[in-house]
Amino acid sequence: METNGQANVTQRSISEDWRLKVGLAEMLKGGVIMDVVTPEHARIAEKAGAVAVMALERVPADIRLHGGVARMSDPEMIKGIQNAVTIPVMAKCRIGHFVEAEILQALEVDYIDESEVLTPADPERHVWKHGFKVPFVCGARNLGEALRRCGEGAAMIRTKGEAGTGDVIEAVRHMRAITSEIKRVHSSREDDLMAIAKELNAPFELIQEVHRTGKLPVPNFSAGGIATPADAALMMKLGAEAVFVGSGIFKSGDPARRASAIVEATAHYNDAVLLARVSRDLGEPMVGINVSSLDESEQLAVRGW
Amino acid sequence: MTPRVGVLALQGDFQKHLDMLGAMGVEAGAVRSVDQLTECDRLIIPGGESTTLEILLKSSGLDEAILSRAKKGMPIWGTCMGMILLAREIEGRKQFSFGLLDAVVRRNAFGRQVFSFEADIDFKGFDSPFHAVFIRAPIVVSYGSEVEELAEYDGKTVAVRQAKILGTAFHPELTADTRVHELFLKM
Repeated sequence: METNGQANVTQRSISEDWRLKVGLAEMLKGGVIMDVVTPEHARIAEKAGAVAVMALERVPADIRLHGGVARMSDPEMIKGIQNAVTIPVMAKCRIGHFVEAEILQALEVDYIDESEVLTPADPERHVWKHGFKVPFVCGARNLGEALRRCGEGAAMIRTKGEAGTGDVIEAVRHMRAITSEIKRVHSSREDDLMAIAKELNAPFELIQEVHRTGKLPVPNFSAGGIATPADAALMMKLGAEAVFVGSGIFKSGDPARRASAIVEATAHYNDAVLLARVSRDLGEPMVGINVSSLDESEQLAVRGW
Repeated sequence: MTPRVGVLALQGDFQKHLDMLGAMGVEAGAVRSVDQLTECDRLIIPGGESTTLEILLKSSGLDEAILSRAKKGMPIWGTCMGMILLAREIEGRKQFSFGLLDAVVRRNAFGRQVFSFEADIDFKGFDSPFHAVFIRAPIVVSYGSEVEELAEYDGKTVAVRQAKILGTAFHPELTADTRVHELFLKM
């Protein structure tokens, strides 16, 4: 017997590592991946139940505040976080900056996020991710973008949302766009697929795969603007298989408490009674920025090609 | 009651187990609460992060419920994280585990993700090798006399059984080979 996912993995495999890369994403499902900037943060995140941490020099809210060029973190800082916890440690490279990616691989990070939160390094290309042993996660706003990243070798997709705002509207927009486009491809006639591939700027073979399976070729997580347990549960209900929380935790009044509550909410997203209980008395959330008040030039999600 | 296999679904690759059981025609369901556990007569604990599960098991009350069912003879199989949680001791760490398997396990025994790998291994009772997927996998470093080793890789114990408790360091649910699932269903 073969389930769809397994059959596809075999067919799609251009490297022997494919199943291992997607496999680690499978292990993270139902969990919360938290942005951390110090080993102390990392320990708080692990203790609160994070399935992985994203090692950063500044959370996205501070990247927004300080401006300038945002780059890969100092390896010393990444090593410090790796030594502080036993859960997987992820780190970000700039879009298209394959040397930063090579450095992160040499540091043995468990996942690389080729991220729009950092300043892009290539105006047209992303990293050729099939060439790496370490798996990559990439952001996407729609199905075409998600499948282009999968074509390059991303083993996990996350909706981009709008990082560092604490405003969930863009995460919702992107998740709804991806799921409705998947439904359309899945229910289309076979003779529509090439036209759809052209319209979405997506690799034809991956459009065929989505048509066959009715889902993305890789796990689909959510990121960008999640600040409360209810936000996390909302994204899970809309089809996310796990969530990334960036500034939402360590920019809030009581990070440990909020982190634990978001972990419970993500695992039990269908249980409103539990959500009501864990949402109580969490202290101040991050202040946040309405995405509608941002100029397009201030939006991070538009980065990526 | 039709035999029903529960898959602990608090976090991890539980859907892969459910997909495989479904394809095998086995009645199976996700377990996120004590109520859902009572509907099952055996349990799979999937891969995931053991530090996360420790918290979610305790907050849901499933830690005690699973232990009490196990003591009444419910078969349990743990893959990767699941095997860690079944063990008596996690090497070098003060971390929750059920202690149902008289063994000491080492987490991330092969290293970080870049050292994850696949290998064909001999599995006791199978007439051909099993293709095993190891992802940041643990190993069993020592075990008591009640525990039987079912598979090893490179001299390291990667599958064990003690009466109705089964542990594998690797992920049969990520392959198309149903033999370990069949073995568990017969336990």
